[in-house]
Amino acid sequence: MKLTLKSSPHHHNRRDTGQVMRLVIYACIPGIIAQTWYFGFGTLIQVFLAIVTAVVTETIILELRKKNTERVIKDYSAVLAALLLAISIPSFAPWWVIVIGTFFSIAIVKQLYGGLGYNMFNPAMGGYVMLLISFPMQMTSWLPPLSLAEQTHGFIDAVYMVFTGYTSTGFNIEQLRIGVDGVTMATPLDSVKTDLSQGFTLTEAYTNSIFSGIYGQGWAVVSLAYLLGGLMLIKTKVISWHIPGSMILAAVLFSGLFYLVQPDIYASPLFHLMNGSLIIGAFFIATDPVSGATTVKGRVIFGAAIGLWIIIIRVWGGYPDAVAFAVLIMNMAVPLIDYYTQPRTYGHKSS
Amino acid sequence: MYADYDEIIERISVQALWDFPGGVHPPQQKELSNTTPIETLPLPDMFYVPIKQHIGTGGQILVNEGDYVLKGQALSANDLALSVPVHAPTSGTVTNIGEHVSAHPSGIGELTICIKPDGLDKWTDLVPLKDYVNHPKHDLVNAICKAGISGLGGAGFPTHIKAGEHKDIEFLIINGVECEPYISSDDRLMREHAWQIRQGIDILVHLIKPKQVLVAIEDNKPEAIETLSVACQQQTKYQVVSIPTKYPAGGEKQLVQVLTSREIPTDGLPADVGCMMFNVGTCFAISDAIMEGKPLIERIVTLTGDAFDAPKNVWARLGTPISHLLSAGSYSTSKQESPRVIMGGPMMGFTVSSLQTPVVKITNCLLAPADKELPTPEDERACIRCSACAEACPASLLPQQLFWYSKAKEYDIAQEYNLFDCIECGACAYVCPSEIPLVHYYRKAKADIRIQQEEKEKAEKARIRFEARQERLLKEKLEREEKHRKAAEARKQSMNKDGGAAKDKIAAALARAKAKKEALAQQQGDNATVTNTEPQESTQTSGRARVESKAPSDKKDKVAAAIARAKAKKLAKSEAVSEDKKSDNEAVSQESNIVSSDRKKEDSAQGAAENAAVDSTVTTSSDSPEKKANDKKAKVAAAIAKAKAKKLEKAKMNEQDNTQANTQNESND
Amino acid sequence: MFEIGALLAIVVLALIFGSLLGWVAVKFKVEGDPLVEQIDAILPQTQCGQCGYPGCKPYAEAIANGDEINKCPPGGEATIKELAELMGVEAKPLDDAHGTEDVKKVAFIREDECIGCTKCIQACPVDAIIGAAKQMHTVIIDECTGCDLCVDPCPVDCIDMIPLHQDSAHWQWDFNTAKIGDIPIKQVS
Repeated sequence: MKLTLKSSPHHHNRRDTGQVMRLVIYACIPGIIAQTWYFGFGTLIQVFLAIVTAVVTETIILELRKKNTERVIKDYSAVLAALLLAISIPSFAPWWVIVIGTFFSIAIVKQLYGGLGYNMFNPAMGGYVMLLISFPMQMTSWLPPLSLAEQTHGFIDAVYMVFTGYTSTGFNIEQLRIGVDGVTMATPLDSVKTDLSQGFTLTEAYTNSIFSGIYGQGWAVVSLAYLLGGLMLIKTKVISWHIPGSMILAAVLFSGLFYLVQPDIYASPLFHLMNGSLIIGAFFIATDPVSGATTVKGRVIFGAAIGLWIIIIRVWGGYPDAVAFAVLIMNMAVPLIDYYTQPRTYGHKSS
Repeated sequence: MYADYDEIIERISVQALWDFPGGVHPPQQKELSNTTPIETLPLPDMFYVPIKQHIGTGGQILVNEGDYVLKGQALSANDLALSVPVHAPTSGTVTNIGEHVSAHPSGIGELTICIKPDGLDKWTDLVPLKDYVNHPKHDLVNAICKAGISGLGGAGFPTHIKAGEHKDIEFLIINGVECEPYISSDDRLMREHAWQIRQGIDILVHLIKPKQVLVAIEDNKPEAIETLSVACQQQTKYQVVSIPTKYPAGGEKQLVQVLTSREIPTDGLPADVGCMMFNVGTCFAISDAIMEGKPLIERIVTLTGDAFDAPKNVWARLGTPISHLLSAGSYSTSKQESPRVIMGGPMMGFTVSSLQTPVVKITNCLLAPADKELPTPEDERACIRCSACAEACPASLLPQQLFWYSKAKEYDIAQEYNLFDCIECGACAYVCPSEIPLVHYYRKAKADIRIQQEEKEKAEKARIRFEARQERLLKEKLEREEKHRKAAEARKQSMNKDGGAAKDKIAAALARAKAKKEALAQQQGDNATVTNTEPQESTQTSGRARVESKAPSDKKDKVAAAIARAKAKKLAKSEAVSEDKKSDNEAVSQESNIVSSDRKKEDSAQGAAENAAVDSTVTTSSDSPEKKANDKKAKVAAAIAKAKAKKLEKAKMNEQDNTQANTQNESND
Repeated sequence: MFEIGALLAIVVLALIFGSLLGWVAVKFKVEGDPLVEQIDAILPQTQCGQCGYPGCKPYAEAIANGDEINKCPPGGEATIKELAELMGVEAKPLDDAHGTEDVKKVAFIREDECIGCTKCIQACPVDAIIGAAKQMHTVIIDECTGCDLCVDPCPVDCIDMIPLHQDSAHWQWDFNTAKIGDIPIKQVS
């Protein structure tokens, strides 16, 4: 009788890479819904474009590399990277922005480094930073939340906007960005940064119509929606709490320190949490396993350092938000962190 | 650093145990097989008893093919330090001693004694030591060794070595954890034979004298906890501890950590942290050996998995081929695309390569899973560095780093990451989302490293021997030179002493040489036609023949054969050289003349050699008596033929080379 | 004045760092094995001479003096890789002119054919053959390096190179080499 020979263990918990990636994608859904609700259907179009580009790019490259294409596509890693990039860019950015960005993410940042598991930088953030530097205009043209916008826009408008630069009724992006009070609206972080640089205090900055209290309208809800998805990921043990926990804690403590000293100039920790992409960064971006730290201690350090960098760049840097830069900077430090944070092996005195 | 004795006792009494890092919770599946009592099987048609069923070395075999053996009779000796005897599982005849497929993942053959049962199942004389408290410790340890007991939990370490330990032991830990899914042999044993286990523990306590006995059982076996608690209740020192179910809580290192918070040092033993551990099955076997005098010839084996129609536990004699057990459990391959039988559990067991594989001392389970139940893994995907493996590792290793370096064969770095602290529990591969067979990579790496180390050691030994030899040769050479020098000096001195006489001698010698030269010159003309092959072989053979002629005559035929072979060899060689040497003909033929005079002195062996050289099939000399058997002759003949063929071939090749070289030379010219 | 100050500062700095470097060089001097010893430790010590040198040590010396590193068939790829690392050169494939990598073998003397000529004993580079003139010889398997040097001198061709018997302890977890199915018992004696 011809018997099958296999190495132990013969048991497996049946959660494969594709499943893990899919769970992360599902966890993004509340956030995407919130984003669509407040900023229009542009987000969905960006997601669609990004996923198509990612799958096509990955397929072509895998064919060129003579790999098992179907099997690799099914691990959903390219789809996830594309999705994360798509929700990070302004919803009405022209179509070629997301296509170029996704192509760069997949082809350069991921596959050129050897594909899944070998890329040292987070693909989505690599693509994002490339776009931000190359197309600063398009990458900062965020719309005001629909409730504050002078012009309303529907799905058809979104499609027109992304592909032609004009809505079906002929408005361009600048016109759409005008809020109910008749001025072009910036993101909460952007408007605070501008105001502070012009010598206003924070209290004065918060009077901008985009704020309700210290929370940016729409932005806070989107952050909460992503928080919900992130907690789901921790609950299902797809990600561990170490990176998001330490990242948020570090950001809160660091910004809190400044806030306590000079609350007029330095925003409160809650402001930093609820505005911008800190939450989505903490749960969805910094937790990318491939480019992140792998040891428990290393993850705490990795997360905390990202939190620190975000606050540093937000407060003193030239850019209003900093998740992408912070993540990429710390990606470079991962081998070092991993090396010096090895756990003590059973039966050994010290590591 | 670690908790002390009192703290441990305190925490155990309130059930506040420690934990080990990592671990996984695979579905238990114990209820498949643990609901029915242990069954006894009819005898199989044949037993295959491997000599080595434990860690260490196999003993010397005590029986011969054809011997009749009684049940329980020792088949091998415990002559070496780490050897443990094996015993006949039943009465019958030894039919064969040879290599049989082993209970090892490789299935590579191992020395095995085959016994055909006679059906009587007749015991040999048993010598129980019921009053063991009155016997010296040494006798008991010896009895345990003689009974062939080695750890029945999985590793198979010889029990008598542990039991004979002299270190102070605080905790004697009895391992009834059985953390692997599916297996229930220890569970059933504890339920049905708690009393004998208790007896075994008593004997171990008498030997080891621990401060406290802890019987550890996972909390998914409440019945076993119950029965053992009852069995141990009169003994205040004994405590049954319920352990939270988590794989691999039953690993020696992990169990020590859970019970005492102590860690066995990486290069140490449990005794170094005051612990000693025995499996419940081992305790049962010790009780059998001391109280009944029975050696270890059977054990409980769990037959489980969906491919068994009747999963259960059975008493299986050691040496039973697993095909016998499979039919006992009504194994059918209908639920398996390709048949797959695992010896051991789903986490650490190995697939057997043949259904003739015998049950051995460490065989606790035969698992035949349906394909749906335990699907065969797909090909691995790329590692995404998710660290799920590191979170599952009970030894706090970094499995993915080990994987990178093992796969890349960067063994030095893999060892820096403590590869050899891996206990191969399989928790990492169990959780790996990319389905990488991590443990397989570690096993390969470990095997490679071990072999490399062995080779390194061997190379070092070879180097030392080589250098010693070089030194010796040099010394001998120097000594020889020294001797020659001394001899020369002595000659010189003696020459100087009787000056005139020496001169006369020299003159005489010169005259002789001259005469010889003249004679040679004459002979040269006669012998010019002699081929150079003959003289060459004759120098050789004559030299040999002279030596051999002194040997006793009954050796003559052998000698003749040897010469024949030598001659054949030389002949072939010289044929090859002949072409090149034509120009040297004269010089050689000169030599031949000197030799030819010797030839006459040669005895009959010489003639024989010539004959043999002429006809390689007729070997021994016609003169010498044919004393040896014909097969010997044939052998020798074959050897000669072979030698001749080989040499001829070589010669041809040489010739070709030479001609090539010649043509080249010519073209160069 | 200012320039002189700067100059002085540079000079002082140079002095400080110079002496620091000197001190470090003395303090942390690495006493490495001589190169030949290191190379010799990598070579497999079969002493077979297939490299063209009479033993491993001479070849090690030759490598140290710039000879190629790919002349050692018994060591094979692994040895070449290690040598390349040590010497800081590219690893290259084994030079076929010196033979090919083969399975591990040991010499075996067919004892009833041995005539006791001691030729093999003289040829053995590691003294792994025992015997005396006109007495049967035998190979100490544990000491034999499988160098092949005893085979040619044997006048009666009674020495075979046989592959080492594989046992389960030396199995390298290659399921392709595992036997599968109904395997008959192999008679040993």
